[in-house]
Amino acid sequence: MSVLTLTNARLIDPEAGTETLGTLTIRDGIIASVAAGIVAGEGVVDCRGRCLAPGIVDIGVKVGEPGERHKESFRSAGRAAAAGGVTTIVTRADTNPSIDTPEVLEFVTRRAQQDSPVRIAPMAALTKGRQGREMVEIGFLLDAGAVAFSDGDTVTTDTKVLSRAFTYARGLDALVMAHPQEPGLSAGAAVTSGMFASLRGLPAVSPMAERMGLDRDLALVEMTGVKYHADQITTRRALPALARAKESGFDVTAGTSIHHLTLNQLDVGNYRTFFKVKPPLRSETDRLAVVEAVASGLIDIICSMHTPQDEESKRLPFEEAASGAVGLETLLPAAMRLYHAELLSLPQLFRAMSRNPARRLGLPGGRLAAGAPADLVLFDPDAPFVLDRATLQSKSRNTPFDGARMEGKVLATWVGGRLVHGSVG
Amino acid sequence: MTFRAHHLLGIEPLHPLEIATLLDLADDYVGLNRQQEKHSDVLAGLTQINMFFENSTRTQASFELAGKRLGADVMNMSMQASSIKKGETLIDTALTLNAMHPDLLVVRHPHSGAVDLLSQKVNCAVLNAGDGRHEHPTQALLDALTIRRAKGRLHRLTIAICGDIAHSRVARSNILLLGKMESRIRLIGPPTLIPAGAADWGVEIYDDMKEGLRDCDVVMMLRLQKERMDGGFIPSEREYYHRFGLDAEKLGYAREDAIVMHPGPMNRGVEIDGTIADDINRSVIQEQVEMGVAVRMAAMDLLARNLAEARANV
Repeated sequence: MSVLTLTNARLIDPEAGTETLGTLTIRDGIIASVAAGIVAGEGVVDCRGRCLAPGIVDIGVKVGEPGERHKESFRSAGRAAAAGGVTTIVTRADTNPSIDTPEVLEFVTRRAQQDSPVRIAPMAALTKGRQGREMVEIGFLLDAGAVAFSDGDTVTTDTKVLSRAFTYARGLDALVMAHPQEPGLSAGAAVTSGMFASLRGLPAVSPMAERMGLDRDLALVEMTGVKYHADQITTRRALPALARAKESGFDVTAGTSIHHLTLNQLDVGNYRTFFKVKPPLRSETDRLAVVEAVASGLIDIICSMHTPQDEESKRLPFEEAASGAVGLETLLPAAMRLYHAELLSLPQLFRAMSRNPARRLGLPGGRLAAGAPADLVLFDPDAPFVLDRATLQSKSRNTPFDGARMEGKVLATWVGGRLVHGSVG
Repeated sequence: MTFRAHHLLGIEPLHPLEIATLLDLADDYVGLNRQQEKHSDVLAGLTQINMFFENSTRTQASFELAGKRLGADVMNMSMQASSIKKGETLIDTALTLNAMHPDLLVVRHPHSGAVDLLSQKVNCAVLNAGDGRHEHPTQALLDALTIRRAKGRLHRLTIAICGDIAHSRVARSNILLLGKMESRIRLIGPPTLIPAGAADWGVEIYDDMKEGLRDCDVVMMLRLQKERMDGGFIPSEREYYHRFGLDAEKLGYAREDAIVMHPGPMNRGVEIDGTIADDINRSVIQEQVEMGVAVRMAAMDLLARNLAEARANV
């Protein structure tokens, strides 16, 4: 029986919404007790007032297995996650081939168990080959351990196919996750339309395309009653539709990426391709509206939308360059920007990064309470550093935060009570 | 010297004084070009490579002539035919060329920002001959020189830019340049061809030619690409000509001494009436072509001086 007691820790409890200086005891990989107050004794680790929070559950991480292992493997992604305080990676199905059969899903699960120091919860595609024509074997994939069904950022254009997939998923109580975007309007777009995009002469999409995509999806939710999660809501005008759906009692949640919460379209500057993400970065007005929606709880989940891309696919003219940014290791320090700007509190942030995603997927983590798995992150929210992308654990280093001044360092990460990154004491 | 730039990637990074310096020097080259003996050797010994990733006859010819008149060794590379087809990336192409020690690299590319990207990978002066829908700085400079010679100034003029603004790098560079020189700019075109957010550029926007042309000093027409005429952006060629084609009646709303410009090649009967294009009292279209050579000579001359200085300081 192994016991670890962490004391003098600033305990961030997203469930209760509190921060308390106290003591947490881990026994056999499970949180045994959480209490206010500092204790002393042999084998007790002094956290010196640093923050202890439930580990991050990151929904929508791209690992390049199968197919693009040179961009990210389960080993590198797992290490990156551990270094970033992420204790569960929820992987995307937009691999090559897509994760659309139980056999591929089993391969992924096995590879993850072999190589990853953090937990992996795989998603499966919603349609075969993510082609938007035929639904996958949702039942078999659920049995094989799929936590949600999503074609990633590929939008199913055939609404009949999507409505049937939603209806079938509803019968099995499966969660579907979609990328709300009107595919016709957003075809070929590299940035958000507006003065900046026009000045740079880049193909652009109106922010309204997101609302149109969300409106369609929500109508289908109303029609079918499926459990639905919008992967990234990034625009002000999509928010009222989301609020209406929630008020009407539909089983709807929404996420947003840390990049859309901390960066805006002007960061693209002189065609910097590391800032090309999907959907594209938005205006400052949109960014602030989305931050506010996270604060109010309208947007439930913050994710990193970790998308590794090799150097070659980014060293191209902006229009041709691949979309996406890595984020596992920068999610927490970037989130601290919102904390230091006094836009979101630490319990609010960990509600969106740990508790809500765990609950949405029915995972046991995301809580700082007795009986929960000891998936924990110890961090110093104030420690300053300049990010050097060469130091990242990811195989791909396409981060928009290279050279950025950040505050917030992960000191230690535990998964099931096992220390997977850093050290204490 | 007040020209400090090391590349000519766009109008955006230029200071008004740099623009004025360049135009002054171009004025001198207009004189040289009109002589029987048109040769100078300020670029003697230097190598100029023209890399065109997109078709061009006029701009490429203009750059080639400009380089040759100044004594540079000029090489033309038609890139659509060669390496991209073999899968080479832009940066590799740039590095390959860089190894040949060029001094001046003139680049046209179909993607916005591509010339900027290329300039970061070479150690010579790069001139943007048009990148995607972003900028076409030498076109704006030659337009400015034409206007300055016709009107005597570049400030406090009312200049209308008409047509397909959304897809035009010429329009963007002109808006930036004429704005820096403190002229008043009007954009005229159907809303489908006006870029999103253009209202925030400090320009006035019109969708009626007569209203927009009222009391203008300069009327700048843009080419409407054939592929935009088929119902995607405008319903038809004839409706476009009816509403936005420049004819005598519409031009009548501009000032009596207003000049008419067009970057070429023209679609007569689509965006401009043939008789107006040929009217020597109004049209300065041929003069624009002449100014193009002079402006490109001036640009390469100034960049070569800065390049020599930079290399001497290494």
